[in-house]
Amino acid sequence: MLFISQLINGLQLGSIYALVALGYSMVYGIIMLLNFAHGDIIMVGGYIAMLIITAGINPAVAVVAAIVGCAVLAMVIEKIAYKPLRSAPRISLLITAIGVSMLLQNLAQLVFSANARPFPSTNIINAANLQLGSVQISVSAIVTIAVSVISMILLTLLVQKTRMGKAMRAVSEDMGAAQLMGINVDRTVSFTFAVGSVLAGIGSVLYCCRYPVLTPTMGSLLGLKAFVAAVLGGIGSIPGAMIGGFAIGLAEVFVTSIGLSEWTDGIVFAILIVVLLFRPTGFMGRSMSEKV
Amino acid sequence: MLKVDGMNVYYGNIHAIKDISFEVNQGEIVTLIGANGAGKSTILKTISGLLRPKTGTVSFLEEPIQSIAPHKIVLKGLAQVPEGRRVFTQLTVEENLEMGGYTRRKSEVAPDLAHVYDLFPRLKERRRQTAGTLSGGEQQMLAMGRALMSHPSLLMLDEPSMGLAPLLVEQIFEIIQRLHEQGTTILLVEQNARMALSIADRGYVLETGRIVLSAPAGELLENDEVRRAYLGG
Repeated sequence: MLFISQLINGLQLGSIYALVALGYSMVYGIIMLLNFAHGDIIMVGGYIAMLIITAGINPAVAVVAAIVGCAVLAMVIEKIAYKPLRSAPRISLLITAIGVSMLLQNLAQLVFSANARPFPSTNIINAANLQLGSVQISVSAIVTIAVSVISMILLTLLVQKTRMGKAMRAVSEDMGAAQLMGINVDRTVSFTFAVGSVLAGIGSVLYCCRYPVLTPTMGSLLGLKAFVAAVLGGIGSIPGAMIGGFAIGLAEVFVTSIGLSEWTDGIVFAILIVVLLFRPTGFMGRSMSEKV
Repeated sequence: MLKVDGMNVYYGNIHAIKDISFEVNQGEIVTLIGANGAGKSTILKTISGLLRPKTGTVSFLEEPIQSIAPHKIVLKGLAQVPEGRRVFTQLTVEENLEMGGYTRRKSEVAPDLAHVYDLFPRLKERRRQTAGTLSGGEQQMLAMGRALMSHPSLLMLDEPSMGLAPLLVEQIFEIIQRLHEQGTTILLVEQNARMALSIADRGYVLETGRIVLSAPAGELLENDEVRRAYLGG
């Protein structure tokens, strides 16, 4: 029975990784950028939610503000930092993303200090654990998994069925040809950042509910692990990011449950190394064919 | 209709297009012929706005377009079928066509789709397949159908015969002529000079980024130099 609680535990963590990994994968898919500032956007979302809840405002407002805040921040970053580098070598973009990540962490440290702050998670999800026979199930885990799965279904519908979603796929495959169709590439890229960061905002609140401690650097490890999830699933692939996220979450929880809790981070990065060595395109990645 | 005047285009330090001027009048089929690397595709990319000329102007329907964003140029009625087709291989045939109609209103897309399927029945059969699974000829049809979805008044085609069997080339050229009869002005870039000149009104011969000859297509077909260099004697 312990197994079932651990499974749910792993799915909870995994669904958060999946939400964050989706942002990495979508942005990589469209402009070949590993957006290392993505994790720090999650940190900002956490602080936004915390500030609004501690100000005594309705937690629902806090959740919405965190999500909108993440989306707006990502769009602003894209416009200021990444867009001018659209035709620059990819390495310049990557270095810029690392720079943006440091900027956000240090700004947060300046504003909120480096000290950890508690996140008022009980204001958002406050319910006792369910007891099903001999199995204890955490309600917050169920909520997290449900919210994530619904978000992923909506994302899939957006990308597969809507005009904007099809434009996103077209731009990610061939930006020049997409322009020849009359697709506004700048707007499509900006929209992609926004969608990825809405998911990050949702992930942010869910993550803070599970680990209710805020620090300016909390986004970096979460971001890196989600990045590993994205690579494991096949970077650029949306279903891949989902599968990768769940796989990493489950792996972490099971490693902890067999008594190797100090190895969890190590195992995640070991997975990265193994994937890069033996299957660099991940589960669902497209093979990289050079465009002529 | 389209007027290119004194256009110079660089790739970094490489002077790819050297002071080129030419025009396409309403209702014409004009062809640019020349060897690989002469700069034909560069010219089309610059007209479409994917590249920027260093100097010179491009005007379409009396309006300068050389500094307008590519997606806005499409909106003005200037579409391009790019070299190598560049269909979206992960999207279905129908999604590719929908992307071609991206600038159109939703209600206009359905009749346009019907029109393209009418022109290319093969595409209708394969509408739910991803474009990557199509043969080269079908991909060329898709690329052309996709460009037509934006209702261009001027259609630019970059090497539509590339890599296709002779029978297919003929089919593609028949369709180009049909589009022309339906009122679309055509700017055709080709290495297959004989085919291009056989349907064109006028032609320009391009050598290493310069226009070296311009004449009615019939004259170019008879021209000794052109025959030797591009028509195999």
